Amino acid sequence: MQNLIDNFFAYTITGLTIGAVYALVALGYTLVYGVLRLINFAHSEVFMYGTFAALWVVMLLGGRPGAGVGQVIFWVAMMFVAAMAMSGFIAVLLERVAYRPLRKRNAPPLIALISAIGASFVLAEIMGLRSRITSWVGLDDNLRDYVRNSRNNAGMPTIIAPQPIFTIGGYHVTNVDVFVIVGAIAIMVLLDQFVKRSRLGRGIRAVAMDPESAALMGVNRDRVIQVTFLVGGVMAGAAAVFYMLKIGITRYDAGFILGVKAFTAAVLGGIGNLRGALLGGFILGLAENYGSAVVGSQWKDVVAFVLLILILLFRPTGLLGESLGKARA
Amino acid sequence: MSTTTSTPAARKPTSPGFRERVTNLPKAVKILLWVLFAIFLFLLPLLNIPFITTEGSDFGGVLFTVATYVLVALGLNIVVGYAGLLDLGYVGFYAIGAYTIGVLTSEHAHMSWVVVVPIAIVIAMISGIILGAPTLRVRGDYLAIVTLGFGEIVRLTLVNSEWLGGAQGISDIPKPPGFELFEVPSIDWSSGAPVVDLDTTSTFLKFGINDFVPYYWLALGIISLVLLFDILVKSSRVGRAWEATREDEDAAELMGVPTFRFKLLAFALGAAIGGLSGALFATKAGFISPDSFQLLLSILFLAAVVVGGAGNRWGVIVGAIVVSYFPERFREFADFRVLVFGLALMLLAIFRPQGLLPPRRTVRAKRADERQAVLEEGEASV
Repeated sequence: MQNLIDNFFAYTITGLTIGAVYALVALGYTLVYGVLRLINFAHSEVFMYGTFAALWVVMLLGGRPGAGVGQVIFWVAMMFVAAMAMSGFIAVLLERVAYRPLRKRNAPPLIALISAIGASFVLAEIMGLRSRITSWVGLDDNLRDYVRNSRNNAGMPTIIAPQPIFTIGGYHVTNVDVFVIVGAIAIMVLLDQFVKRSRLGRGIRAVAMDPESAALMGVNRDRVIQVTFLVGGVMAGAAAVFYMLKIGITRYDAGFILGVKAFTAAVLGGIGNLRGALLGGFILGLAENYGSAVVGSQWKDVVAFVLLILILLFRPTGLLGESLGKARA
Repeated sequence: MSTTTSTPAARKPTSPGFRERVTNLPKAVKILLWVLFAIFLFLLPLLNIPFITTEGSDFGGVLFTVATYVLVALGLNIVVGYAGLLDLGYVGFYAIGAYTIGVLTSEHAHMSWVVVVPIAIVIAMISGIILGAPTLRVRGDYLAIVTLGFGEIVRLTLVNSEWLGGAQGISDIPKPPGFELFEVPSIDWSSGAPVVDLDTTSTFLKFGINDFVPYYWLALGIISLVLLFDILVKSSRVGRAWEATREDEDAAELMGVPTFRFKLLAFALGAAIGGLSGALFATKAGFISPDSFQLLLSILFLAAVVVGGAGNRWGVIVGAIVVSYFPERFREFADFRVLVFGLALMLLAIFRPQGLLPPRRTVRAKRADERQAVLEEGEASV
């Protein structure tokens, strides 16, 4: 307990940065759940592909520590472009291959989960076997740096050196922390406005509220679902960039535990509710950091899951309720 | 195997002709067929049938693994298939069963295996009730994530608790008491034709460290008992209550079915069988650590149930065999196993969404739905 009081702000800032990543990934779960009422189990792999896209683009552009400000901004911008494009593409592909065929056949919801689990294995293993795949197509020499040790951690050069900007309560808040937290919130505000104001956002809300009536009103359901997956994927791509800037290490199975956490965050805030995902992500990030300060960091994940169970027992619809369909977005 | 009137073939809904022929066989023939099938299953590890037998790893051990999966699938089928509760943390109960054995026979006490196994079952059952009582009131999708969290909590508690051996786990779990009645020879195919090999034998119920065949026999015996139990429960009032709850919880409640209590019962029974499977696993392995109880295992268990056809006990047995045997058989493609498994799950979801052997009721319900759709919307529907 004393540890928590002494380092309160350190835990708070760390909690908020990781919480921002959870929140962005949670948006993908929440959007898909709101529209399709199914748990997109493979969303964690969408995120994982984003981390690799971010990593590869930095390697490709020759990212290194200690570059000038303009250079760093360019690298980070390219990371966003690459990760969002990759994650968005994987998410749309996932919908096409794993979900749409099932929807056409009116399969029971449980089988969608199985299909998602299968897709998740396939995506993770393709990444884990990438060195084999490149050697088959004969690109071994060209891509060696990108694919080597494909089952081990892949680390990214620190392109933004963490520098303290200001100090609260003895903790030096770095530029990376500020960028991650502010950036994540900004992206979520953008998404919130997109769902609330744009034509496509109205379509998403309409399908979430009542798919059949929406179809009668001329909403193209398949198209809306595709856009939903795309938007969720792009959010996961943004999360991947923040994750790589803050943590800097990824692996072919890095998505799994983060996906579970992000889903927990989505449920915590009320699945189907965009603002709930934001709130749930931050609360989860804070709670597991505070919890680990009190009972030891090895219990961090237990704290997160116990919190989830408690929330579901006392407020089964999550903190903010389920409301993608409602006007509040 | 029990001698009931329903055979695996008789459950298969797609070939009514074959089913009728099997059902119309005289009872004596049916019993005889069952006995022959049971003998075949017991001798399977010693027959060393080419192609079926795994090359790289000990076939007795592989069959034992398959048998534990079958047991787990039967237990999880009660929860997922009969009661319709999505459980993603089944490995938690499996771990609890295994660790009960570990703690009571090796780590903190040295009790007899025969005494500890029932204790393991009871403890797993109690943990099922403790988890189920508060959480079964939440909705289906949430139950999935709560149970998933439970499985992780169990594993992380095992990793972090020194009293339970920490990350190193528990070793030196004693073998169950056995007796040496007779030796069973195996068959050697190396010359191209089956030859009885009297040198390589398995002793009936001597639980050693090299020969895993007796463990397989033990597991097979337990499966028979669980299967008998399963058949009795499913055809009783309890089974019908589960079915009603699964199909429409509100309607069942209105008809006077105490749905919560029956869901809890399904959860407890499933947990008990999961604990029993874990206990068996710990017995054969002799060593357990938290790494043996990864979340992935829960997903494999669920895949076994859904692949086979949730709700049909013969289906889930097939599913368990598919999920556990094929990865072992095709070990030479070890690096690509998970990839192929993932692809197979996706294909199965598209082409056999009800599982390989769906329960008969689902097939009937689906036909009724289709007729309804045609009546409502005409031929131009879909």
